[in-house]
Order: sequence, then C-alpha cells, then structure tokens
Amino acid sequence: MSIVRNLRSTRSTGTVRIASGQGFWGDDLDAPVRQVQGGRIDYLMLDYLAEVTMSIMRKQQLRDPAAGYARDFVPLMERIFGDCVERGIRVVTNAGGVNPAECARAVAEAGRRAGAGGRARIGVVTGDDLMDRLDDLIAAGHPLSHLESGEPLESVRSLVRSANVYLGARPIVEALGRGALIVVTGRSTDTALTYAPMVWELGWSWDAWDLLASGVVAGHINECGAQASGGNCSADWWEIPDLARVGFPIIEAGADGSFVVTKHPESGGVVTLRTVKEQLLYEMGDPTSYITPDVTADFTTIGLAPEGADRIRVHGIRGGPPTPFLKVSVAYAAGYKAVGTLVYAWPDAAAKARSAARILRERLDRLGLAFERVLVELVGWDATHGHLAGEPSPDLPEVQLRVGVRGPDRAAIERFTREIAPLVLTGPPAVTGFAGGRPRVQEIVAYWPALVDRTVVEPHLDVDVVEV
Amino acid sequence: MPRIPLLELAHARSGDKGDTANIGLIAYDPVDYPLILEQVTAERVKQHFGSLVQGAVERFELDNLCAVNFLLHGALDGGGTVSLMTDAQGKVFSTALLRMEIEVAEEVAMRVAGRGRHPGRGTGSAS
Repeated sequence: MSIVRNLRSTRSTGTVRIASGQGFWGDDLDAPVRQVQGGRIDYLMLDYLAEVTMSIMRKQQLRDPAAGYARDFVPLMERIFGDCVERGIRVVTNAGGVNPAECARAVAEAGRRAGAGGRARIGVVTGDDLMDRLDDLIAAGHPLSHLESGEPLESVRSLVRSANVYLGARPIVEALGRGALIVVTGRSTDTALTYAPMVWELGWSWDAWDLLASGVVAGHINECGAQASGGNCSADWWEIPDLARVGFPIIEAGADGSFVVTKHPESGGVVTLRTVKEQLLYEMGDPTSYITPDVTADFTTIGLAPEGADRIRVHGIRGGPPTPFLKVSVAYAAGYKAVGTLVYAWPDAAAKARSAARILRERLDRLGLAFERVLVELVGWDATHGHLAGEPSPDLPEVQLRVGVRGPDRAAIERFTREIAPLVLTGPPAVTGFAGGRPRVQEIVAYWPALVDRTVVEPHLDVDVVEV
Repeated sequence: MPRIPLLELAHARSGDKGDTANIGLIAYDPVDYPLILEQVTAERVKQHFGSLVQGAVERFELDNLCAVNFLLHGALDGGGTVSLMTDAQGKVFSTALLRMEIEVAEEVAMRVAGRGRHPGRGTGSAS
C-alpha cells in the first residue's frame, strides 16, 4: 500500500522536522496551515488540552455523545488533508479529548471530503480515561490523593466530572509504527506529541534516558506554540518583528538527541536565546526533575547555542528513568463564582471605586449572604501587582472596579449578581461601563492532581488504527 | 550604592501550577547573573511580594541559562478556575518581580542606565 512508503520521513536527511501548530484550544486557527505551507515539515503537533479542558469536553459529551473533543481540529484537517497525504506530513494531536474515537471518525469523514479516502490511516489512542474505573481503583487501594493537600479523592468522589491519566509517547509511537498518518489521543502529555515522532523516526530505545530527555525539552519548547518564537516575550518585546504573521516553532532533530529550534523563513517573530529561555522556564517546577511518563529530564543540563538567524541549537541534555507513577488530572465541581465590574472616572476614580466596594460589601452583609471568598480589585491600579502598585493618584483617569465572589451556595452568588447595577444610581458618581448586563454565575470545575500506580493504567492502553 | 529595578538587568516569564505561580528570571547579560544569584534570594522575593504570596517561596538555579526559577506557593487564590483574581494563572507575576530593586556597583548602574528597556526610549523604537 502506498501509505507504507511514508512510514519514516527522515531517511534522506537524517533529521526530522516537527512543527508546532497549536499551543492550546483557542490558539491561532491559521498557524497549522502556515506550518504546512511555509516550508518542509515532517510532523505537525497540535496541543489542544489544558488542565480543565477535559471537564469542559466531558460536559459537551454528556449533552451529545458524539462530542467531547476539540472540534476545531476537524475543519483544520479538511484544509490540510491533501497536503499531508501528498507530502507525507504526519499529524500528532491530543484533540481527541474525552472522545478520541468520535474525533477520529469525524476526521476520517473530513479526509474523504478532501479526497483522501483510502489514502491514509488514523491512529486512535485510548485508555487514559479513568472515569468509569474510579470506584474500582479506590476500592483496590488507590486513593488518588491530592498532590498538594494529601486529601483522598473519596472526599469529593460524588462531585468528580472527569478523570484522565497523562499518557506518554509509547502508544503514539505504536500508532506511527502501524502506519498512521494522523494520531489522535486523549490526555497525552503535551510534550509527548513532539517526542513520540523523534523516538519513532530516530529509532531511540525506551531506556535511552538522555535522548528521551532531549525529546521532552523539545516538546516543552513546542507545546505553547509561538511562546517560543517571539510571542509573549518580555525581552525587548517592541523589537520583535511582524507578530501578525508569527512563525510557530519547528524542532529539527537528529539521532544524537541534539536539535535546532527554528521557524519557517519569511514568517514573523524571532527565535533567539531569549525567546527559547523564556519558554524553557514557563510553568517550570524543580528544573532538575521534570517528570514525564517516559523519562525524568534535567533542565539544568540544557546547552543552548545560536546557529545563525532564527536557529538555536539545544544540546547536552541528561535524563533518568521515570517514576512508578503516572499523573492523573481529575476535575470536580467546587461551588460557584461570579465577577461584576463597573468603571469609575476622574477625579478620584480609585477612591470612588473603593467607596462603591465598601457600600456593596455592606449591602451583601445586610442581605445575610455568606461567601467563602470576596475579592475586590481595581483594574487599572492594583489588579495585577497588588500593594506593589503603591497608592493610586487622585488624577488616575479611570479605574475598573472588579468584585468577585465564590461559595458553595448558588443562590447567594446569584443574589450578588443583582447587587452590581444598583450601584450606578445609589453609589458614588462618575460611574459607567455596566452595559453588559448582570454578571454570569459560573459553576467552578476545579482541578485535582493526583498520582496513580502505572501498572493499573498501562494494561488498559489501546491503539486502534482505522482507514480513512 | 545605587539601586536599580530588576527590569534593567533581567527579563522574565511566569505561569502556574495549581495555586503556585512560577517565575523564570533570566539575566540579559551573563555578567549580571552572579548579582542576581546573590541578591534575588527566596527570602527577598518572599518579602517583596508580601501578602500577595501566602505560602513559601522556593528558588532553583539554572546556571546553564543564567536564570533562576521561583515557585510562589499560595499566590493564586486557589488557582485556575477556582481563583477570583484577574491574573488567576499568574501570567504577570513576572513583571511584579521585575519591579524589585537591587543594589549594584556604580559601574553596573552606569552600564545598564542607557540601555533602555522601554519602547521609544533608549535603543527601542515605538512602532
């Protein structure tokens, strides 16, 4: 079959080029298209999942059994399917969310619409979803205790909305080995989407810790899209060119584990030591111990060297074995919240806003409403730097009063949302900005990180490969 | 000794892990990294943030990147979807750290004074 010819992409050059096309669900919709059309790439990785995304997808799936994945991925694939098939560009994504099988089915349909029927395979990775196994796991002595508080999951069991294990690269590599042009997973780690292709293409073994650690670092650089190539970069940001057409990062990896971070020529943004360093430190914990399902990487061993314009070589990375545990992401219902805002104008804008906040608090108290937390911020003054902003000047042109409340009682939160607008006629003057109507009551779906023994997860992993 | 804000010496990015904010602080020039190590200690950062950080501050050094990583525990009002804060994910804690002032030798203050870390000032152009 013609697909098999494309099993490995690297043979002619010895390097594999893995492009980042999406850093979260909601990222630049055209970025993956620019990555496919802007020059040579072998792989496109698309990261759609953040900590609470799975619970949002679960909610959608409960309303519609065919939903529960990143829907954006389907029309995107329809746009690039032809190119991917023609050029053998393989796509690795966690767009499957809580429903990878339905996602794959929709993508296969998109492929047929794009004329790729019979010309591609889709790999589907499942086994990360623990929702239906929670009670069995708890009964079998796996408490899934909160990583920080140590509290057992039992305490919020009835409120759990989703529970997924972060999977590593092995099932993705299996799917690639079975000829999948597109691999759709559920809760794979963000980094695995980049290093699975490296493992497969470069023939790394599962105990080559330094090589795998290199892959993880490459994955960390790729996983937030343009954050590695000039986006959100604090170093002399005004000098970063053409962010309107920002080129997302591309990892160009060789068999020795070193790789170059680059981007397509003629694209916007930059790849410099500064942009790469900022991304390396993003969401970092202990840099000596970056734990993934496949390897533990040491970020203090990373060597960086410029290698021409928009090319940074990354080398020397050391790693060690992973732990006996896998991380679980549980989402559970944790009460309600609402946030209301009003804008106060000069003079004494901040004083007016503070006065309004005091009046509001007094009214809420008189209504006998109890909240677990009330937060008052003055946007335009202290919302981001708190007391470090000092005391506001009476000449501040304007400030937005932002009051948030949260608590277990939905009715109390609901009542709060009716107390904002009255301040316009019953509080301090020079107030506006309430045209958006009453604040919305939001249910809080909170994140519960836990660990689980990997031996109870790995036997349940499954890779299915379907024809388009 | 002259005092200058970290903004003149370093750039930074921050993010979150639950209720913990992380800040990666990176020296623009490797020659200033030892100064950052010496003065921007976990204790001083904890003191700088004051009531904005409920828990401990941890510091990790990355000599290879001329950078330090801070973990600010209990900084995000519960974090993620629970938090009521505008900056629930700690995205701009980095800039709050860049306000911190450190003592430097006269020659360091002279060297960085003309560098200009704002658009339209120094070497930058506001476009």
